[in-house]
Amino acid sequence: MKIAVQVIEGPYNNQASDSAYHFITAALARGHKIVGVFFYHNGVINVCNMAKPPQDDRNIQKRWGELGRENGIDIVACIAASKRRGICADHVIEGARVSGLGQLTDMTIEADRLVTFG
Amino acid sequence: MEKEKPKIVKKIMFVMRHAPHGTIYSYEGLETALIMAAYEQDLSMTFIGDGVFTLVKNQKTESLGTKGFVATYGVLEDYGIEKIYVDKQSMEDRGLKPDDFIIPVQVKETSEISALMEEQDATVPY
Amino acid sequence: MLHIVNKSPFTNNTLTECLRFVTQGTVILLIEDGVLAAKSGTVYSSKMTETLKKNEVYVIKADILARGVSPIIDGIKVTDYEGFVDLVEKNKVHSWV
Repeated sequence: MKIAVQVIEGPYNNQASDSAYHFITAALARGHKIVGVFFYHNGVINVCNMAKPPQDDRNIQKRWGELGRENGIDIVACIAASKRRGICADHVIEGARVSGLGQLTDMTIEADRLVTFG
Repeated sequence: MEKEKPKIVKKIMFVMRHAPHGTIYSYEGLETALIMAAYEQDLSMTFIGDGVFTLVKNQKTESLGTKGFVATYGVLEDYGIEKIYVDKQSMEDRGLKPDDFIIPVQVKETSEISALMEEQDATVPY
Repeated sequence: MLHIVNKSPFTNNTLTECLRFVTQGTVILLIEDGVLAAKSGTVYSSKMTETLKKNEVYVIKADILARGVSPIIDGIKVTDYEGFVDLVEKNKVHSWV
């Protein structure tokens, strides 16, 4: 099955990003295809490469970048929501990218399911 | 816009449950709807809970210094999003009636909204 | 249809609102703070027990364990993220974020 994921809350402050990550990892283990992960609202902060969480905690941003690179998943932060929050393309972690809301539309059309975490 | 003409037409419903101004959900949610409208999908928008406050007339945001985006909901119809539903109980619980909204809406019973949600290919909650 | 709820019923009316739209056969998945609704002996327990008469209710084990939610209401099913994926495969989804 093809699944698209939308995350609309930021890292650490909300559990949404963690839930989405665990869900996607399990979906991949089950053999499903993740057509993309779209970050919207404060969710865009999940792929900001400026974050430096304490070493004894999970690194949410790094984890998203690795998930994208290692599994060829399109990890997209909404460009308008990113700009509004001070995140430009240079601030996005390797393995993710900024793009328009059209990407969320494409993912939604392509996928059998859209699951939103917020 | 990175617009393509897809062959697939999906039923996609935006489910708006947040009041305007206190959080950005209804504003950025509107932006998503306007972009998706260019993709010629079968779109609808449903207002539940505090989401019904989004469409209330006479919102004046000048003193707040925030963008008065609510008027933009008025262009949804021009963008082809004609199915605008309001949950009857949410509306009544909040002392509102159809005349209080800036655009014409279809007021629906709980069971009707359940049925509409179930026929969607995807719901987009904001 | 699968309805996902991630908010505590004690501070937020999301679960109450969700339950109003639930129909026969709707599956409810509680995640994150949503799992607090699964605790037995709360002011919300009777509503959950009532819901369980006509709907399946699942909780994510990791969220239950993290919050020390115990005991959970009889009839609520405990699952993991793979179980979550299986529910998504079987049902169309709405997240009550």
